[in-house]
Amino acid sequence: MLSVDLAARRAGLRPGTPVTKARALYPDLTVLEADPQGDRDGLEALALWLQRRIAPIVATDPPDGIVLDTSGADHLHGGEAAMLAAMVARLRESGMSARVAVADTLGAAHALVRHGRARMVVVPPGEGGAAMADLPVAGLRLPDDIVEGLRALGVSRIGALAGMPRAPLALRFGPEVARRLDQAFGRVGEAIVPVRPVDPVAVSRNFAEPIGAAETIARMIGALVPPLCRMLEERGQGARCLDLLLHRVDSRAEAIRVATARPVRDAGRLARLLCEKIETIDPGFGIERMVLTAVRAEPMGARQALSLLGETEEADISGLIDVLANRVGAGALYRLAPVESDIPERSLRRVPALAPDEARDWPDHWPRPARLLPRPEPVQAMAELPDQPPVFFIWRGVRRTVRCADGPERVFGEWWKEDGELTTARDYFRVEDMGGERFWLYRAGDGEHGETGSQGWFVHGIFG
Amino acid sequence: MDGSSRRMPASEPRPALEVLRAQISRLEGRVGRRRALLPFGLREIDSRLPGGGLALGALHEVAGGGRDALHAAAAAQFSAGIAARTRGKVLWIVTRQDLFAPGLMQAGLPGRRVIYVQARSDVDVLACFEEGLRHGGLGAVVAEVARLPMTASRRLQLAAEMSGTLGMAIRRWRRPAGASDFGQPTASVTRWRVSVLPSTALPVPGVGRARWRLELIRARAGEAAVFDVEACDGEGRLAQGRLVADRFAVPAVLADGPGQEAAWRARA
Repeated sequence: MLSVDLAARRAGLRPGTPVTKARALYPDLTVLEADPQGDRDGLEALALWLQRRIAPIVATDPPDGIVLDTSGADHLHGGEAAMLAAMVARLRESGMSARVAVADTLGAAHALVRHGRARMVVVPPGEGGAAMADLPVAGLRLPDDIVEGLRALGVSRIGALAGMPRAPLALRFGPEVARRLDQAFGRVGEAIVPVRPVDPVAVSRNFAEPIGAAETIARMIGALVPPLCRMLEERGQGARCLDLLLHRVDSRAEAIRVATARPVRDAGRLARLLCEKIETIDPGFGIERMVLTAVRAEPMGARQALSLLGETEEADISGLIDVLANRVGAGALYRLAPVESDIPERSLRRVPALAPDEARDWPDHWPRPARLLPRPEPVQAMAELPDQPPVFFIWRGVRRTVRCADGPERVFGEWWKEDGELTTARDYFRVEDMGGERFWLYRAGDGEHGETGSQGWFVHGIFG
Repeated sequence: MDGSSRRMPASEPRPALEVLRAQISRLEGRVGRRRALLPFGLREIDSRLPGGGLALGALHEVAGGGRDALHAAAAAQFSAGIAARTRGKVLWIVTRQDLFAPGLMQAGLPGRRVIYVQARSDVDVLACFEEGLRHGGLGAVVAEVARLPMTASRRLQLAAEMSGTLGMAIRRWRRPAGASDFGQPTASVTRWRVSVLPSTALPVPGVGRARWRLELIRARAGEAAVFDVEACDGEGRLAQGRLVADRFAVPAVLADGPGQEAAWRARA
């Protein structure tokens, strides 16, 4: 048996058990023929999907792994940990369980993901060696006979192996051990050969002499983008995501990925987005080949120009949105849209910057502060019960006497969202102190019934 | 006690001065470009601003006065009121997101008009700020920054001049000591400090319309001035404030007392 599922593993079956033996133990066992070619195809399809979604350089690592070079792509997903979490969640939705690890080198990530304890690991830069020290030597992608030989010598951990003198190892096992160690510790480079999408919208250019200067790269980008846009135009498509792979003379590849909010095939705009990222790449000894691919393209129809009947159109800002999103990440660029909730912190949600306009706005019955504190801050206050504003309150060590106040505005807990809010209430007051500073205070509770809240006072917002 | 009661002496035309002004503006490369303005709609403020309003296509600085230097609530509302009166979307760049969109809506800036950018550092804020000003399709760009070096402000000012977009830099510091930075020279066209004042007294208990003291600390080709105004209404317009002296403060405890009505009658 090559592979077993979770139920079979619980029943005590392991890969390597003969099928006849397993059948003898469990007569109703379901046995499927191994399909190595199908597995490889599936892995390739998954790699292509990851390439469209996550990062430009993605390679398969048969039989069961996929390698991603996420440098320069993680910020689009909100950081490495967020990227991994989103990736695992998405795979789980499709019925796949995955273990993921991010490390400086392919070797370290390979060892951590297969032999580490956690299902999701993010190793900070420069700490790959320490993270690997306790893992078995099998994690180094060494042939089985070498692993066996090392075990015979009593070396089972990567940390122990890394500390041994090289010469005797090379004499006994050949150069393989040293090579794999160096790859894992990042002392020698390792090329990742990315998968190639079927029928890609791509243009490439080879250089007779390697190029390295930023201006030259920018000029070459300027030369690559127009043919790509023509290809997109023939297909009636616009690019949503572009990858630029820069193959270096030392057979490593640097990558630039840019994404757009709407399909774009304006050569100037796409070139500008790519050129903004030039500073993130390291040309090394020079770049000998550049490949520009439209990884994701979407249908894009012709657009009707503005009619001349006096209507004025709002300026198109999608170009600006793309530039900013590629700088700060798409998640950090948003609009706030109303949500039907009386609880202030729940009354808004983030929507993409170019989402269609909402028909409605927030209700305008009551004054609302310009700033809402990230979380309400408790204050000491003295107030008459049940429904008078405080006479004074002490916030952040400053005592403020209340000069005048508006309120209460009672907000009830949303019991249909959380059981604990069945009885809770808040009484909001807008108060002004002697100096004219205006605050949004609330009392947790209605001032009469203990079950409605702690009856403590909180500052929630600051009015201008 | 404040600039609202002072009047600037009406200046008679001085030809020599006009020639010099024309020469300077030619040197600065602004010949032939009509400078668009955004008047406040208050004669008192507009008359103090060169050209009769807040220059569009320029960088303006706003900071809160007193403790508001940290919260910048009044400064945000003041900026929102100005941005609300421009046309097009507004880009609002922050490092910490504590703006309350329903509050900005009450200054005339509905949620559909504001695009927020949450930058990680001041450097990112300034880069996005410049990008937004350069684009030209926005009504206004508002950015909350702590440090605004001369070079950066010069770049922003040039970007705003090129595109005609209004740029508002809300200076906001994490500690009160940082506010001394507001004295450093920058290339902004005007510099404002917005401090809260006790609100307009009402004949009933409650908080009246918010009032601000606007200090025009610096105006290029203009003079500094102080105005007491009523805060932005639902369309972002300020209103003429009354003098602080002709109102009296009533603590909330007293406002409910039986003597209150008599006091109001006496005042009326």
